[in-house]
Amino acid sequence: MSINQPSAPLVGAIEKSPKISLIGTLAMLVEAPGEFDLIQQGRIWALADAASSWPNVQEAVIGVTNVMLVFEQPPADIGMLAASIVELWHRLPGRKADGKVIEIPVIYGGELGFDLPAVAKHTGLPAREVIRIHSEGDYTVCAVASSPGFGYLHGLDPRIHMPRKSVPSLNMRAGSVTIGGMQTGVAALSSPNGWNAIGWASVAMFDPQREQPSLMLPGDRVRFRIDRIEL
Amino acid sequence: MIEILASPAFNTIQDLGRHGARGIGVSTSGAMDPVALAAGNALLGNEDGAAGIEIQTFPFRLRFQEDTTFALTGADHVSTLAGLSMRPWWCKRARAGDILAIGTPRRGARVYATFGGGLDVPRVLGSRSTHLRAGFGGLEGRSLQTGDVIPVGKPPQEAARRFDFGAAPPDVAIPGAGPRDDGVLRIRVMRAGEYDLFSEAMQARFWSTAWKVSARSDRGGYRLTGDKLTLDAPIEMRSHGVVAGVVQVPPAGEPIIQMSDANTAGGYPKMAAVIQADLWRLGQAAPGSFIAFRDVSYQDAVAAMAPVNDYLASLRAVADLYRQL
Repeated sequence: MSINQPSAPLVGAIEKSPKISLIGTLAMLVEAPGEFDLIQQGRIWALADAASSWPNVQEAVIGVTNVMLVFEQPPADIGMLAASIVELWHRLPGRKADGKVIEIPVIYGGELGFDLPAVAKHTGLPAREVIRIHSEGDYTVCAVASSPGFGYLHGLDPRIHMPRKSVPSLNMRAGSVTIGGMQTGVAALSSPNGWNAIGWASVAMFDPQREQPSLMLPGDRVRFRIDRIEL
Repeated sequence: MIEILASPAFNTIQDLGRHGARGIGVSTSGAMDPVALAAGNALLGNEDGAAGIEIQTFPFRLRFQEDTTFALTGADHVSTLAGLSMRPWWCKRARAGDILAIGTPRRGARVYATFGGGLDVPRVLGSRSTHLRAGFGGLEGRSLQTGDVIPVGKPPQEAARRFDFGAAPPDVAIPGAGPRDDGVLRIRVMRAGEYDLFSEAMQARFWSTAWKVSARSDRGGYRLTGDKLTLDAPIEMRSHGVVAGVVQVPPAGEPIIQMSDANTAGGYPKMAAVIQADLWRLGQAAPGSFIAFRDVSYQDAVAAMAPVNDYLASLRAVADLYRQL
């Protein structure tokens, strides 16, 4: 059988099984069914932990309620592999957000938090209220992706959701504390960025020379602390 | 040691890529034409994954500071060593002081210079490839520039006697791998996760269009122009892992093919993925050139790697033999 072909039986047709699709011959994407929540994310973490020790799996790359398996060689039997992933999905208990707690002191607003006024305007809240809500949140690192050390954080209060920009800021500085849609994060590199900068933190998110290069890992929890407010 | 005398922007040290660090957001990098890099290394008796220079802007010149064996592979180009013209897909032994000059390719986009023993820059997270965006790997994480001096490792075979021979490039040696007369590069792809969300008309358009590789294409990705692919109902996908070769369709409708320096994650609908056996051919597609997609099954995609692997294995075997003659 083959996945991604119209004639193929739909793997994952059983209710609430993950959607499984191939990205070429060396990668398979497993997407959790249902809403984006920490229960489904915890099941993805558990699946990634289990699958990353399978022979032929070079890496299990965690995304937001999904995981991509990267293979050393094209798998011999895609159907069998997909079936064992579905079986594991239903059997494995999810992993809790059991990582370390990372505290990040933030200089809110000011020169590097240049989008704070726009966020305040969009949400209809005073800037100080946006800062209070953001700094009181309890966040979970769902995945580290997109750039080295960049954590996708879950847990942003819906009152301060703010759409991504249609035109990215050309050079946002590493350490910028940002809001993009329903997520928040800390920019790991200085680069163009479509999220909204509300502050800045003097924290090295990534250092290839460290034993663990990425400060944030999936399952870690993050708390932002007000270091200073510049309005 | 080699000394860079002239290098326009974006020429970098690359090996076969950094694997296993996607989970912390680190893209693989690595040669855009991994077959050319591996072939250059095979000519010299290096391991396939020894680091070389990926040259994609020209003219490029370097000086050998000591006697060094080297090979030039990849795009079809004109080069000279110590003023004497040299054939592409060839290896030679340079004398200390010799200058190697490489001109703009006649066909293809990227020339690979490999050196007996490989370029000896530190491995970062398991690879010597330059990660330009994050600024590590290669030489200080940046493009090469005039005045750079790069150490070359110890050559693998001191007893080798012969260093003046070449090989047929893979687009000549592998049947069907070369370009056709119409100038459109045929690239084989497998359908990917969101293919079925596109209407039949959009699917047909995807297969029938000769897509132009736009000028805004680089090691990060190829942006294609020629037509627009739209969804009846736009979808927003959650960020998920992607690999080189994935063909994504952003809301504006013009496809993007992610390449070696692509982000580890994407969120656009995926139409298709370039098969591994054709990624190296795509890596030689220059901005302004045209490509068209052809649909293959998983089994055909897997089978298509055999001629590529056979080509590299036989090149290595013959080169090993020849060096000892």
